[in-house]
Amino acid sequence: MAEANRYRSLQVWGGRIVLGAVILGLWELTSGTLFNSFWISKPSLIIERIFEMVERGTLWFHVSATLQVAVVGLVIGMIAGTLIGIGLAYSGIFERWVYPYIMALYSLPRVSLAPLFIVWFGIGMTSKVLMVVAMVIFVAFYNAFEGIRNIDRDLLDMMKTYKASRLQKLSWVIFPSITVWVLTSLRLNIGMALIGAVIAELVGASRGLGYYITYSSGMLDTTGIFTGLFLIMMIAVIMEQVVVQLERRLLKYR
Amino acid sequence: MMMKRQEKLQIDQLTVRYTTRETSTTALEGVDLHVGEGEFVSVVGPSGCGKSTLLKVASGLLKPAAGEARLDGRVINGVTGEVGMVFQNDALLPWKTVFDNVRLPLAVKGLSRSDQATEVRRLLAMVGLSEFEDFYPKQLSGGMKKRVALARTFAYDPDLYLMDEPFGPLDAQTRVKIGEEFLKIWEKVGKSVLFITHDIEEAIALSDRVVVMSSRPGRIKAEFEVNLERPRPFYEIRFDSRFKELQRQIWNCMAEDEQKGGV
Ligand SMILES: Nc1ncnc2c1ncn2[C@@H]1O[C@H](COP(=O)(O)OP(=O)(O)O)[C@@H](O)[C@H]1O
Ligand SMILES: [Mg+2]
Repeated sequence: MAEANRYRSLQVWGGRIVLGAVILGLWELTSGTLFNSFWISKPSLIIERIFEMVERGTLWFHVSATLQVAVVGLVIGMIAGTLIGIGLAYSGIFERWVYPYIMALYSLPRVSLAPLFIVWFGIGMTSKVLMVVAMVIFVAFYNAFEGIRNIDRDLLDMMKTYKASRLQKLSWVIFPSITVWVLTSLRLNIGMALIGAVIAELVGASRGLGYYITYSSGMLDTTGIFTGLFLIMMIAVIMEQVVVQLERRLLKYR
Repeated sequence: MMMKRQEKLQIDQLTVRYTTRETSTTALEGVDLHVGEGEFVSVVGPSGCGKSTLLKVASGLLKPAAGEARLDGRVINGVTGEVGMVFQNDALLPWKTVFDNVRLPLAVKGLSRSDQATEVRRLLAMVGLSEFEDFYPKQLSGGMKKRVALARTFAYDPDLYLMDEPFGPLDAQTRVKIGEEFLKIWEKVGKSVLFITHDIEEAIALSDRVVVMSSRPGRIKAEFEVNLERPRPFYEIRFDSRFKELQRQIWNCMAEDEQKGGV
């Protein structure tokens, strides 16, 4: 059984690595032969660029800026959205009043809010974090709200027959019930947070990966653009892995 | 001199309706039912006849449209904290271990940690699950989950046990085994029980009295006293001629209902 599992996971990872190697290999080979490498750059050039950036100390300079905005915004947006979702789910008729407005706001392309935030808060950290919050808060809200509505009624009835207090209901039933939902929204929101951070940096910044990409674009430096994209992807993958580990710990009962 | 026995649970002319946006279903109509102190009463009836609804009212989770339910003579208005419910689907917390699931009512009551642990271990030993205290419900068989649910209810130690088809989804063999264990424990505890089942044999083997309900709307159709001595052998009692006779009577009573309903 364990043996079969090991074999299976070897197969999966083997396939993934081969596929990745083939794609990068094709890119490397066709660039400069079939296609002009000025437009599509090259994996080897990107790696070279990353080493250059490390040497000059600009890698961490840009990555840390984006990471900071994305993570701070993600945390604030997740907490605020989740709390609003829980609060609204228990607000009775108030929820019916507010819900259509929340959905109307949600349908707004939030990217278009970036200029407004800059007018309000300048191009500092605040406007960027706010941009990320605007990106993540809706999914966080919606998942918490749906999570509450999907709590097993029997479990709540059971708590009621034991005369559990509100706090006891929260800690024994409500929070654990919505954990799955919150983790799902956290996962979805990693991508959203990075979009928010990069967009904010595209609009106005002097550091960060979004800035690095626009700067490279201005210099017609495709290798720089691809390097920025690659680094954003790496951040997403690492953050996703953090959430996967969190899920392993919190949902080990499943 | 005969004293009027104080009923543990007294239900008079109970009517319950479920009203949704378009429809109103009368789940129970004019139901009279009582459970004496230390008495074990079973309710049998076709599915959808309002058995779960009856328990919801008795537990205070649901308010009746008419009539009333009294516990120790006091009208039930909201959850009282003196009844323990065993739900049809166990209602175990999937994210808690067996230990914590059983600990729940003790924690709610505010016992100290060490008292909680002692009591949980005693109860788990009683239901034969001592080795499984660190397991999650998902890792247990259906029968083991039932034992956990029972242990949790015993931990709460209510005056009235409300049990909603607690052994319903189990296979026949496990059902008999758990029923037997439960009967043994109950005979020691001696608290009042209102037990819902669709299994006539189970009802007779466990109870002092069996109540038959008819459906749509749910009404009490008939009552049968079970005059079998206690403690009784939960399984072997089924071969007793009095048991057989009672089983036949109840069966006929229920079959009648279906014929009428079918016309
Ligand atoms: N929450 C509810 N809303 C509307 N109708 C319900 C609800 N719960 C039960 N009913 C209806 O009331 C009747 C009795 O249900 P229930 O008490 O669950 O029956 P039983 O437990 O005997 O199977 C059924 O016809 C069922 O459809
Ligand atoms: Mg039922």
